[in-house]
Amino acid sequence: MEESSGKTTKKHPWFWSSAVASIVLRLVLIVYFPNTLNFSSRPEVSTPITSLRRLAEGYWLKQSSMSPYAGSMYHGSPLLLSILGPLTGDRGEGQSHLLCGLAFVIADFITAILIRAIGQLLQVADIQSLKSLGAKNFPAGDIAALVYLWNPLTIITCLGYSTSPIENLMIVLSLYGACRRLVPLAAFGLVMASHLSLYPVILIIPLVLLIGSGLDTPPRKLFLQPNHVDGYKKTNFSRRRVVLFFLWASVWALYVLVLCSISLKEYSGLGEMFKRTYGFILSVEDLSPNIGVLWYFFAEVFDFFRDFFLIVFHINILFMVLPLAIRLHHRPCFLAFVYVAISSILKSYPSVGDSALYLGLLGLFVNALADMQFSFFLFSGYLGTLLLSPVMHNLWIWRGTGNANFYFATAMAYACFQIILVVESVSSMLNHDRALKKGATPVAKKVQ
Amino acid sequence: MSRFLSISILLLFVLYVSSESAGEEEFTEELLFRPLPDRKVLSHFHFESRAPPTNSYGHHHRLFPKAIYQLVHKYRIKQMELSFTQGRWNYDSWGGFDPIASSNAKPPGVELWAVFDVPPDQVDASWKNLTHTLSGLFCASINFLESSTAYSAPDWSFRSLSGNLRYGSLPREAVCTENLTPWLKLLPCRDKSGLSSLMNRPSIYSGFYHSQRLHLTSDEFDPVALNGIVLEQTLTIVLQPDSLETHPSFSGSRKLQPSWSMSSLFGKTVDGKCALAKSSNVYVQLEGSLVYNMKNTWNSIDSYEGDSNFGFTVSPDRMMKEINSVDKEGYSIIYGFSINNDHSSKPFDLGFWWKLPVTWSCVKAPLRVSRFLMGSGNEKGAIALSLQSTEWSQSLLKADNDGEKCNLRVDVFQLVPWYIKVYYHTTKIYVDGASQSLGDIIEKMSVSPSEDKVSPGVMEMILRLPCDMKSASLTLEFDKGFLHIDEYPPDANQGFDIPSAIISYPDFQTRLQYKLDTTSIKSPMVSKMQERRTILSYTEVLLVPLTTPDFSMPYNVITITCTVFALYFGSLLNALRRRVGEEERLRKSKDKSTGKLRLLLSKLSAKLRGKPWEPPSSTPPSSSSKFISTKVVIKIILIAAIAFGWQYYDG
Repeated sequence: MEESSGKTTKKHPWFWSSAVASIVLRLVLIVYFPNTLNFSSRPEVSTPITSLRRLAEGYWLKQSSMSPYAGSMYHGSPLLLSILGPLTGDRGEGQSHLLCGLAFVIADFITAILIRAIGQLLQVADIQSLKSLGAKNFPAGDIAALVYLWNPLTIITCLGYSTSPIENLMIVLSLYGACRRLVPLAAFGLVMASHLSLYPVILIIPLVLLIGSGLDTPPRKLFLQPNHVDGYKKTNFSRRRVVLFFLWASVWALYVLVLCSISLKEYSGLGEMFKRTYGFILSVEDLSPNIGVLWYFFAEVFDFFRDFFLIVFHINILFMVLPLAIRLHHRPCFLAFVYVAISSILKSYPSVGDSALYLGLLGLFVNALADMQFSFFLFSGYLGTLLLSPVMHNLWIWRGTGNANFYFATAMAYACFQIILVVESVSSMLNHDRALKKGATPVAKKVQ
Repeated sequence: MSRFLSISILLLFVLYVSSESAGEEEFTEELLFRPLPDRKVLSHFHFESRAPPTNSYGHHHRLFPKAIYQLVHKYRIKQMELSFTQGRWNYDSWGGFDPIASSNAKPPGVELWAVFDVPPDQVDASWKNLTHTLSGLFCASINFLESSTAYSAPDWSFRSLSGNLRYGSLPREAVCTENLTPWLKLLPCRDKSGLSSLMNRPSIYSGFYHSQRLHLTSDEFDPVALNGIVLEQTLTIVLQPDSLETHPSFSGSRKLQPSWSMSSLFGKTVDGKCALAKSSNVYVQLEGSLVYNMKNTWNSIDSYEGDSNFGFTVSPDRMMKEINSVDKEGYSIIYGFSINNDHSSKPFDLGFWWKLPVTWSCVKAPLRVSRFLMGSGNEKGAIALSLQSTEWSQSLLKADNDGEKCNLRVDVFQLVPWYIKVYYHTTKIYVDGASQSLGDIIEKMSVSPSEDKVSPGVMEMILRLPCDMKSASLTLEFDKGFLHIDEYPPDANQGFDIPSAIISYPDFQTRLQYKLDTTSIKSPMVSKMQERRTILSYTEVLLVPLTTPDFSMPYNVITITCTVFALYFGSLLNALRRRVGEEERLRKSKDKSTGKLRLLLSKLSAKLRGKPWEPPSSTPPSSSSKFISTKVVIKIILIAAIAFGWQYYDG
């Protein structure tokens, strides 16, 4: 414990300097290359849900006293419209979205800081089990925060003026709140995140587990040897906190709904909001290309089967929720990471911003996943597909020499690599637990 | 029987003649020729049928087409206009200010608008039924206008008839003789006699522009019906006369305008008037600037009848001069020829020849409008509307109100299909190349943004442009949508059409007022020209190429995507399901007992030692042996299947 804290304090200046450097890099890119780096129109960066251009259109519609959901342009939250809308308003040449960019940089920075805080909490919780394995103890929080900040995907998302940094911030905020057992904060993060993009609603399970039984620990079975009955961490699932969490979540949800209905009062009710946001997400109406797999599928599939496949694909996310929760219930933070990763693979309008979030969270488990397989293969796969995807897009859309299949192939490959990453990280986490179990049995005996 | 019939017809005719005063079915046919500055000739057929109000006249008609009467009554149409057009009206050289240009210059393809006299919630249903009926009536795919993505309800910028108006257009529709024939069937004489017998299909469709239009107005449903139903059918054709026979008398540097005659233009002559027509007239119109130029060049003509510059083969019956001309310098002249009495004599073949060369230019619309696309690639682009002032409008406006800061009002109506996703907040206006703030220029703007697969985007705008500007442009950015493979037309790579935008200038009214001499009979066409109407012009149709998916791939895409999903589901479930205890036991058993021999040996040694034998691990050997056996079975089945397949396909 002493040693690790010393290490972290030693690491501090290094961490802060590189974090500030990443922020400065963003600011420089935003201020000096506002138009040369035209990331905002990249399909990898901005989806119909997160595009700031669509938000500006929604804000314009609202300003000209129409419903922001009139037409099929805007599909985001009305709250986001009220917050970010005015920032898009000034339409001076060049300075167009400077303020928004600034907001996204700040959101990125806060996200990184929160990830770091989560990492430090996790490390404190993990220190004993890691010691038992005799593994090297990396400062997971610093690494995760820096991975998040320096990840080119995060930087591109931030420069591409998509609203996903804010969604990511909300998800991380809820995790942080749950880790610190700040029930209102966790509930707020969850409600906001699922209000913004629906999918984070499955994070309710890891959050409940986190709030109920605390941070990631080795599986409880290890400490429940017959000769170790005094209950190391047996009965600390606190129902009271969970009930409080649900209470707070419903309070926040009610609050958000009231705010939304106030901001949409003159135009249309909440019904239209749900139809235009959640309905749009669930019924994959926009078939413009993105890095996911659903757009091309639904552009090609026969209309007769459309509903069936919509159900199948969305249920695929839900199907895995329960098995994962059963198997990884002792590691709620890791469970949250897996959920985030799965939903960012299978969601209807994925962007690299979602990948940036789960890659950042992956850094939190750097100690546990140290011996993950295929990491180099995955790294090259990510790199390859992310470099090929713009090329194929360019060939198809701009040059007209390629066709949709080339671009779809890169999306497929990307999905496959993401799936391999998830599967490998899950199995190596399970292996890690097995190793702990093997190591823990002698430890328990020693304690006795 | 035949005798009775003829008597009854005679009786009817007598009745018809006697009841002429009290609201009468009428049919008139007229034809207007106008030489155009670019050596072409405009011919404009105008047929008008009138049916008196039903409550005073009844349901039965002699002349008025029954189909139209039923149409009006079934869908309660107040006003309707349908046009089939091929080619583009050249606003620069054929004029944009006169009544024919602003009412008969139409966008390519089919344009339909209608005003209904039904409660607002039934308008859409009436429209849909109307499109289907018209589609059947005119053998055209007007029924594509039924889909809510194809039509719109303009609020105020189009014809200022709000409420029950619906407007739609199909730019891609090809217009051909199959659309003309049903249109001719509405005429009492069809194309058998009268002016419509001139309509020789090859010569009509080889023209530069032809627009066949049907305009309906009815006040049947008003409490006090006065006019009944008025059906106005016009056919506007721009033809190039064969200029082979140049007049030999003139040999100068300037080329003589081509001479023409009915027979040279259409290859046909008029045998006589349509017997059912009330009047049958042919007019030749000379524009104001042409008359002015003729006067300028040859000062001699003042009390002229045009004989020094041009001549007719048939002497005109009457002449009408324009009064209160907009163009200060010249006045337009119309020569009228009636073919009422030509029935017995030789066929009527009006010819017109030039004696001296003359050049002139038509009166243009206040602004020269063009619309084009910007950007490349299939992801996004921008629509630009460019408005350039014409010299004429500048002079006019300066003369109108100098001193105070004058501006020119321009109404824009633009309909954009849903797959062109316009970002209306990116509207930018440039006047003389400098960006202007929207508030200064746009007086009123109403937008109804497009909804995917439901409704098109409609933009209506009132612009106030400064008079002294040279050019203005308006740009809107858009993203191109991606469609489902079933939504692409068969020729998907040709691109998609954005219908013409309508630009109107409410400050200007076109009106040609002619001094009617007493001898002239009432002419519906001339009285149409005398009506005040707003100047209207259509922009070009835009062709937007959209990205296409691979149309041959649905099965591949479905299978590959499902494979990826299976990979995800299977491998993740496998990772979760794997039990470490079993694995270790499996590994141990593999290490220890690799065969039955080993098992036997251990058994033997146990017996030898006299201890009860305990299996090293009871389940794994059996499972492994079972595993091997299933493996063998699978192998055998596989080989058998391959052998069978080989036998089946090869043998």
